[in-house]
Amino acid sequence: MSEMIIKNGYVFDPISGIKGDKKDISIKDGKIVDKVSNKAEVIDASGKTVMAGGVDIHTHIVGPKVNLGREMRPEDKLFRGDFRGGILKQGKRMEMGFSIPSTWKTGYSYARMGYTYANEAAMPPLLAPHVHEEIRDTPIIDVSAMPVFGNNWFCFEYIKNKEIENNAAYVSWLLNATKGIAIKIVNPGGTEAWAWGDNCVTINDPVPYFDITPAEIIKGLIETNEYLGLPHSIHLHGNNLGNPGCYETTLATLKLAEGFNPKNKFGREQVLHNTHIQFHSYKGDSWANFESGAKEIMDYVNSNKKITVDTGCVTLDETTTMTADGPFEYHLNQLNHIKWANVDVELETGSGIVPYIYDKNIKVCGIQWAIGLEIALYANDLMRVHLTTDHPNAGPFTRYPRVIKWLMSQKARDATLNTMKWKDKVIAATNLASMDRELDLYEIAMMTRAGPAKALGLSSMYGSLAKGADANIAIYDLDSAKMPSDPEMIESAFSNTIYTIKEGVVVVKDKKIVAEPHNYTLWTKVNMPENAQVMHDIKEKFTRNYTVNLENYAVFDEHIHNPRAIEVEVA
Amino acid sequence: MPKVIENVGCPYCGCSCDDVRVTVSDDGKKVLEVENVCAIGTEIFKHGSSDHRIRSPRLRQPDGSMKDITYEEAIEWTAQHLYKAKKPLMYGFGSTNCEGQAAAARVMEAAGGMLDNCATICHGPSFLAIFDNGYPTCTLGEVKNRADVIVYWGSNPAHAHPRHMSRYSIFPRGFFTGKGQKKRTVIVIDPRYTDTANVADYHLQVKQGHDYELFDAFRMVVNGHGNDLPDEVAGIKKEKILEVAEIMKNARFGTTFFGMGLTHSDGRNHNIDIAISLTRDLNKVSKWTIMAMRGHYNIAGPGVVWSWTFGFPYCLDLTKKDHAHMNPGETSSVDMAMRDEVDMFINIGTDAGAHFPIPAVKHLKKHPWVTIDPSINMASEISDLHIPVCICGVDVGGIVYRMDNVPIQFRKVIDNQGLLDDETLLNRIADRLDELNAQGA
Amino acid sequence: METVTITLEKQPELYLECYSVTPDLFAGKSLAEIASLPAHEGKIAWKLGDFFKIEGKAGQTAADTKIVVNGNVKRMKRFGQQMTAGEIVINSDADMYIGGWMRGGKITVKGNADSFLGIAMEGGEILIEGDAQNHVGSAYRGDWRGMSGGLIRVKGKAGNDIGTAMTGGTIIIEGDVFIHVLTHAEGGTVIVKGDVEGRVGGQMVKGDAYIFGNLLYPLPGFKKIGTVEKEVDGAKYTFDQYIGDLGERKGKKKGEIIYGNIYMKK
Repeated sequence: MSEMIIKNGYVFDPISGIKGDKKDISIKDGKIVDKVSNKAEVIDASGKTVMAGGVDIHTHIVGPKVNLGREMRPEDKLFRGDFRGGILKQGKRMEMGFSIPSTWKTGYSYARMGYTYANEAAMPPLLAPHVHEEIRDTPIIDVSAMPVFGNNWFCFEYIKNKEIENNAAYVSWLLNATKGIAIKIVNPGGTEAWAWGDNCVTINDPVPYFDITPAEIIKGLIETNEYLGLPHSIHLHGNNLGNPGCYETTLATLKLAEGFNPKNKFGREQVLHNTHIQFHSYKGDSWANFESGAKEIMDYVNSNKKITVDTGCVTLDETTTMTADGPFEYHLNQLNHIKWANVDVELETGSGIVPYIYDKNIKVCGIQWAIGLEIALYANDLMRVHLTTDHPNAGPFTRYPRVIKWLMSQKARDATLNTMKWKDKVIAATNLASMDRELDLYEIAMMTRAGPAKALGLSSMYGSLAKGADANIAIYDLDSAKMPSDPEMIESAFSNTIYTIKEGVVVVKDKKIVAEPHNYTLWTKVNMPENAQVMHDIKEKFTRNYTVNLENYAVFDEHIHNPRAIEVEVA
Repeated sequence: MPKVIENVGCPYCGCSCDDVRVTVSDDGKKVLEVENVCAIGTEIFKHGSSDHRIRSPRLRQPDGSMKDITYEEAIEWTAQHLYKAKKPLMYGFGSTNCEGQAAAARVMEAAGGMLDNCATICHGPSFLAIFDNGYPTCTLGEVKNRADVIVYWGSNPAHAHPRHMSRYSIFPRGFFTGKGQKKRTVIVIDPRYTDTANVADYHLQVKQGHDYELFDAFRMVVNGHGNDLPDEVAGIKKEKILEVAEIMKNARFGTTFFGMGLTHSDGRNHNIDIAISLTRDLNKVSKWTIMAMRGHYNIAGPGVVWSWTFGFPYCLDLTKKDHAHMNPGETSSVDMAMRDEVDMFINIGTDAGAHFPIPAVKHLKKHPWVTIDPSINMASEISDLHIPVCICGVDVGGIVYRMDNVPIQFRKVIDNQGLLDDETLLNRIADRLDELNAQGA
Repeated sequence: METVTITLEKQPELYLECYSVTPDLFAGKSLAEIASLPAHEGKIAWKLGDFFKIEGKAGQTAADTKIVVNGNVKRMKRFGQQMTAGEIVINSDADMYIGGWMRGGKITVKGNADSFLGIAMEGGEILIEGDAQNHVGSAYRGDWRGMSGGLIRVKGKAGNDIGTAMTGGTIIIEGDVFIHVLTHAEGGTVIVKGDVEGRVGGQMVKGDAYIFGNLLYPLPGFKKIGTVEKEVDGAKYTFDQYIGDLGERKGKKKGEIIYGNIYMKK
C-alpha cells in the first residue's frame, strides 16, 4: 500500500535508456510503477543523481573461505593499535574489519554505497549451509551465491563421457540442494590437481586420474548451461591466473565460447562471463618484464558480444586474497611469505587465502593497478564490462567509489601515478598514462548496475528503474549538470548516498543506516524431470566417498533465509 | 508404534557423525534405541530423554536450596544482572547449536560484556597459531579418499574421538584408497604408548614438552639440513627422524592430526605454529594438510559464527558495544577470572566448575553465576541460577560445525516438552537488554 | 618540559583502562580537560578525574609533556599507548600494554610490568625496574610485523615470548627468561643477561640473540660456526656464535645467505 515518489533527480538507467534526464521515479508496494497518488511520500532529488541500486556481480562476502580469512586475520581489525576502517555503529550491530568485513558491516557498507544486491562469487556445495547462515546475518542487501563446478567429480565424469543431459540434471539437482544461482568455474581441473599438489596451467593440461582437460570442462559446462537455459552464463575464473604471460591462456579460454549461443528467456546475451579479468591480462614472461595485456584482451572482448567480463581492479591497499584457485594461493605465499590457509573440499573444490599488500611503491602493483583501469577504459560496451575488485582479492569493495573516481577522472589517475616510486617503469609497462578517456555517469551506471543485472539475467528485477523492477534506488550527491572539478568529491559522493531505498523502504538516509528490512536469498530453481541415472550416481558417491550423508547434504528449508527462486523450465 | 529416525547427528565429539539411527517412542518423548554411534554418543541420546532431566529454571535461595522458577523470571534475572554488571562474561558453547551461538553474540553485544568459548581452555593455542601462521587443511573426506600417510601428534583418537579412525582416517576405503588401512602408514608421536599408538606403524615417544624441537628437526631435513641434525632430538634418534621424514616427504597425500598434547604443553600455540610451518614446507615436495582435533561436535561453531559476526573467533571483549577487541592472555576467560577482572559469569553448554582451575572458579563464585545447561553439573551446583535448555541433536535441531569446519545439519528426535532452546532463550534475554538499554540511554 | 602529576585516589573495582594517559593526549590541555579524558572500567566510561587527582601543567606538545603517575596503579592498563614523544614515570607496578604501539618518547616504571609490554613498538624507550610478564615487545595476534624499533629494558626477569615476530629494535632482559625468544623474527636484537630455558630463535628468518647465562634446551636448528668478540650494551664480551634456524627459510644478500644469530657468552 505504501507509495513514494522521487522527484526531479537526474536519472541514469541504461536498461531504460535514460541518460541523465530529469525524471520522477514512482514506487508502490516495493516496485517501480508509472505513477502514484498525491498521498505518496515525497523525496526531493533536485540536483542529485538517481540510479537503480547497485548490483555486484562478483564478490566474496559470505562463506567458509571468507570466514577463514576473517578468523585468521585479527590484524585486519586491529592494526598499530587502531581499529581499521574506524569505529562505526549505525545499525543494530557493530561493524568490524577492513578487507574482510563482518557480515553486518558488509550489508551496511554496501547499502551506504547505494548497492542493494550482491552475488557471492563461490560456494563450495558441501559447505552451503555455512553460506546461508552468513546470508541470514548480512543485513539489507539481497544475496545470491554461485556453487563451483569446475573441479567437481560428477561433472568430470559426465563431461568426459559426453553426457550433457546427465550433467545438466546433476547441475540442476545441485543448484536446488545448495540454493545456488549459477554455474561458477574456478581454475577448472587445476584445483583437483592441487589435491595432489599439482595444477593445470593451460587449458589442455589433463587433470590427474580423471584425464579431462580444462578446455573440455569449460565447453561441457557452457553446453550444460545453455541446455538448461539458466539466467546467467557460466561464470569463469580461468587457468593460469596471475602469471606473467597469462593473457594467452585467457585468449585461448575466451575463444572456447565461440561455438556457442545463449539460450534463455532472461535477456542474457553472453555465453561466458570471465571474472576479474585484470588478473588474467598479463604480458611478459617474468616479473622483470611484466606488462599490460589489457589491450589484447579488450580487443577480443570488444569484438565478441557473447563475452562479458568484470574488471577486478586493484585498489592499492593491504587486503586479503582468497580464491578457490588453491594452487595460486600456495604460489603467492611462496612469493610473499605471508601466512597461508588452504581448504581442499572432498569431491568438489578447494580454496586458499593469503594476505597481500598492493604497495604503490612496488612496480608490479602499480602495473596491476593500471591494467584494471585499462580494461574499462578500452571497453566499447560498458554493459559488458562490470566494475569489481574481486573483493577482497584486488581490494575491498568499499573502494568501489575510489575506482569510479579513477575511471571518471584522468586527473585522479595521474595524481595516483605521481605517488608511485617507480612511476616511470609503471608507465613504460602500461598504456594508462596516455589514455585520456573519462567515463561518464551513464557508463558508470552500466558498469555498476545495468550491465551486471543483465548479465545475471535479472534485469527485470534488479539494476533497472523500469516499471515492474524492484524499487531499489540510490540517490547520490552529484549534480550531473555541474560535476565537481575535484575528483575527491566523486569518491565521497559514491561512498555514502543521500538515500538508499530497498524495495521502497528508505534504508540509508544522509549517509546513515535508518532501517534494516528483510532481504532475499536469490536462487535458480530448475524444473526438470528426475534423472534416474544421475540419482543413482549421486547415491553411490555419497555412500562411498563423501563423509556427510546424502539426506543431510541439501540445505534444509529452515536454514534458507527468505528464498526467492528464479524459475527455469526444462523439458 | 516406535519410529525410526535416520541420518541423525551425534552431539558429542568433534567427529560430528551424522549417520546415527535413533528409535523413539510413539509419543515422541523417549529415545528407545541408538545405532551406529559410539558408546559416548549413545549415552547422550539416552540421557536426553531420561526422567531425571531438569525441566524448569531453578534459583538459589538464601538458605542455599534451589527453587523452581519460570523461564520469564529467569530471563528477567539474567538480563537485569547483565545490565548492571560492569564486565560480565559468558563462556562455554561446547554443546550449543550455531543459532544459539549467534543469539549469544547478540546478548553480549547488547550487554557490553565478554564472550568466550571452550577453545580458551582447549584449542585456543591452535587459533593463535592460525592467526600467526595460516592453516593448510582439508575436509575429512579428502583424508578418506586420498591420504596414504597419517600422523597423530599429541592426540589419542582411540579415546577422545572413537570413530575417527574408522570413519575418516585409517580404515575407510575411499576413492583413491581402495585398500584402506593396508596401504596407509600411520605415525603416532606421543610421550605415552597410547591405544592409538597401538595401531600405528611408527610410534615416536617424544620427550614430553619438547615437541617444538622435534618439529624443528623435521623442518631441517625437509630444508636439506639433515646432516646438521644432532644425534638425538627430544628423545628421538637422528636415524629415526631421517626415516620418518623420508616417509612424510614421499607421501602421496599426508595429514597431521593434533590435539592437547601440543596445545597444552610448553609453548602451546608455538607447537602448532611450527607444525603448520612443517606442513607448509612439506608441500614443496609432497601434498600435506593439518587438522586440529576439535573436541566437541560444535565447538568449531562459535569460532565460525563469531568470526563472521565480530571478526574474531573467541576471547571477545564487547564491553565498548561499538567494536570488538580480542587479545587472548588479556581477554581470555581463565586469565580474567584469575585476575578478578569479571563481575558476573554465565556458564553455557559447558562445565566451568569442573574444567577451570580452582582459583578461577573461586574468583568467579564471588559474583552472580548463571548456568545454562540441560544437565546438573558442577557449575550448576554452585550457580545462583540454573536454566535448563534443549540438547542439540536430541530435542532441538540446528547447524553444527564438525572438526573440519564442515557444517552438519542436525535434527531433533524427540519433543522438547516445554524446554526452551538456547536460541529462543538468548534472544529473549537480548530483547530484554535492548529494552533496558533504550530506557537507560 | 612541563609536568602533569596524576595521583590515584581510589582503586577501581575491576581494572581501569588508562589509554588516555599519554603525553600526546595531555598536550595542550588544561587540567580540567585532562580530568575529563575517558577511562574505561569494563563497559563503564569513567573520566580520569574520577580516579586521579590531576596537578601540574601540560606542555604544548607531546615532546614538552612529562607525566608522573603516583599511587598503586597495579590494576591500570594501557599507559603510554601509541605515544609519539614526551615522558611518563610510573611509581608503582602497572598492568598490561605499557607503551603499546609506542612511536617515541620514554616510559619508566619503578616496579613490575604485566604482559604485552611495548607490543608492536616502533620507537622510543621503555625502562622497567622490576619484572615483566609475557609478550615483551611482541606483535599483535596475527600480525607478522612485530616490534620494529625502539628500546625496551627490563631490569628483572620476564616470561615467554620476547620479541616474537620482531623486525627491528632492541630488547634487554637483565634477569632470566622462560621460553620463546625471537620466534618468527625477521630482524631485531634481544639480549638476555640471565638464563633462558629454551626455544631461542625458533622459526627465525633473521635477528640476533645474545644470551649471557645458560640456554637449557637449545634448538637443533642452530649450529655453531665460531667464536667472536662483540660489544653489547656498552661492554665487550666473547661469544660462541650459532647460525640458524636451519629449519626456516632464509633471505639472500648479494648471493650470500643471511642467517639469524645466537651469541652465547663464554
